[in-house]
Amino acid sequence: MTLANPKGTLPGLGYAADFKDLQSLSNGADASWIAQIRERAWTKFAELGFPTARRGNERWKYTNLAPLAKVDFRLARPDVSHAPDLLKIKALAPWDDAWTTLVFLDGRFVKRLSRPSGADCVALDLAAGLRARRDIAEQHLTRVQAVDEDHFTLLNTAFAEDGALIHIPDGASPAPIHLLFLSSDSETPQTCHPRALVVAGKNSHSNIIESFVSLSDQSQNFTNIVSEYYLDEGAKVSHHRVLMENERSFHIGNTRVYQLRDSTFDSVAFATGQAIGRNDVHVKLDAEGAECNLAGLYMTNNKQHADNNISVTHEKPRGTSHQYFKGILAGQSHAVFSGIVVVKPGAAKTYADQKDLNLLLSRGAEIDTKPSLEILADDVKCFHGATAGHVDQDTIYYMRSRGLDLETAKSMLIRGFASEVAAKVKLPALSRYIEGVIDQLLPEFALEGKK
Amino acid sequence: MPLLEVKNLHARVTGADKDILRGVHLTVNAGEVHAIMGPNGSGKSTFANVLAGRPDYAVTDGNIVFDGKELVGTPPEDRALSGMFLAFQYPAEIPGVRPWQFLKAALDARAQFEGRPKLSVREFSKLYEETVKDIGINPDLMQRSLNEGFSGGEKKRNEVLQLKVLKPKLAVMDETDSGLDVDALKAVSAGINSMRSTDRSFIIVTHYQRILEYVTPDRVHILVAGRIVQSGGADLAHQVERTGYEKFIKTEATV
Repeated sequence: MTLANPKGTLPGLGYAADFKDLQSLSNGADASWIAQIRERAWTKFAELGFPTARRGNERWKYTNLAPLAKVDFRLARPDVSHAPDLLKIKALAPWDDAWTTLVFLDGRFVKRLSRPSGADCVALDLAAGLRARRDIAEQHLTRVQAVDEDHFTLLNTAFAEDGALIHIPDGASPAPIHLLFLSSDSETPQTCHPRALVVAGKNSHSNIIESFVSLSDQSQNFTNIVSEYYLDEGAKVSHHRVLMENERSFHIGNTRVYQLRDSTFDSVAFATGQAIGRNDVHVKLDAEGAECNLAGLYMTNNKQHADNNISVTHEKPRGTSHQYFKGILAGQSHAVFSGIVVVKPGAAKTYADQKDLNLLLSRGAEIDTKPSLEILADDVKCFHGATAGHVDQDTIYYMRSRGLDLETAKSMLIRGFASEVAAKVKLPALSRYIEGVIDQLLPEFALEGKK
Repeated sequence: MPLLEVKNLHARVTGADKDILRGVHLTVNAGEVHAIMGPNGSGKSTFANVLAGRPDYAVTDGNIVFDGKELVGTPPEDRALSGMFLAFQYPAEIPGVRPWQFLKAALDARAQFEGRPKLSVREFSKLYEETVKDIGINPDLMQRSLNEGFSGGEKKRNEVLQLKVLKPKLAVMDETDSGLDVDALKAVSAGINSMRSTDRSFIIVTHYQRILEYVTPDRVHILVAGRIVQSGGADLAHQVERTGYEKFIKTEATV
């Protein structure tokens, strides 16, 4: 049941009941500082509700959350002893035995399926992380993102029980770390709110993969994750996000990045499939010479909805940021790109560019793309651009004139378009996985227009 | 039997109410090089593209018989597979597709059509690299996306690369010489000449006589307002160079 609210749509009653249970269950067991943070977050969220797509609400203008708000999702209480075996997971998700992998089922850590890290870094589930490295957790948790800014971050903070704590010591370069979030095949709608905290020490080099995979096509899950990245001086993090949850699922991902001097955050996000899949990335370049490169590829079909909401704030001089997103849209799908670069006063010698390029394969597909710049400093170089176009018939003719049939030509064209982002993935196993997914999607996409 | 026999060809842009080609007759035997010359707007490029089967042109009358088969109504890929090649005036740029990927796919399609085994990656690489070197294409360029950021000359060289690897029976060169500097023109011409053989024919569509200095045609045809108004030997190209198309346009008016 939902109630109308001038600010937003109030959450279903299940959320309130689940919150009550959670607080009573964890009473005493939880550190009180976390219980307090939770309480505050829940009170605020219960007041605000879900954001509403309406004029003036720029962050949610093109994404209607009513389908999410009207489902009374219950907090998942997974029985991790029923987690699938490794063979099934490897068939569905990216995997490399050489990676450190933390597997989560409906947000709950599954030790049996996970592969621990070496001694050169800390990669633990949140509970163990809080015990082992409370110093890091207290210092950084909720530091990147002010608690009361965002609806879904509040919701996450209220419910976050599990997740990951990763610490890369100064100068370390550990094996890639994979956070694999599996959505179970529950028969009733379930939600989970994982939290990840990644702290990259001075001059460290790390690869982090966050992937989200459904175990079934039929289940309806709502994953609401908040991931916080803190990059100390000279740290380099290569971040990968693979969003593969099923067509009935809702996904809200909030990635918050805080960068210090001369640090580099590279990110490639791949998304396909959700009823609503939202990729929020907010980067703050808070010291001189910091750099971030954000790339994304979204492939949507049927009635899927993909939304990328990106902001990069240049606080200090000599920062560099690139945003390079591409969309391939088929069916009646809808995608949104809104990217903003903010250059604060004094952030001189900033270089920033933003690009969002879209290939529309059907008449019913729709893209709302809005790159924007807010420049409050002098002596900066900033560029932005967006395109949306259909398959170019002259190009198809050119390809056919070399003996390729229509479907092959179209596939190759779409493949080429996608590969300009996919090629940025440098981890071989992950690259193979994403290429494989694209290859699987291609026939359906290439047939578009013939239907 | 001629390799290509075009009879009374009429064609227009699909949906338009007027023909651009208004009765073209042309016979090309195996091993011959024909030049089609004409002023702007005479229908030269339309002719080249109607031969290749461009989907947005409609043939309203006449026949195109290639290697004994009627082409009118067949899709462009079928024509390519049976040995027709069009070197484009403006080759398409394909983001994210490397020149070799494209060429390998084309070659594989051809092999499949002819029931031959595909070249292995190793065999293909060897052929490809040798040909790239042969034509004098900068190998670095070939690491980029197909035709993206290529100069006009580089695009045309890449067309010749495809020609040399695909080895068609008939190559139609649509304004291959336009926008080329002398070096590129020489390289492209050398590529064409190296491919001349008794079982391969060329149709060189051009506004200027320039390329015909390097590739000597067996026959030259003057196309004006959608018809061939005069045919002759290589001399005819020189005549055009001296007198321009004015005289032929007048001829056409009396036809």
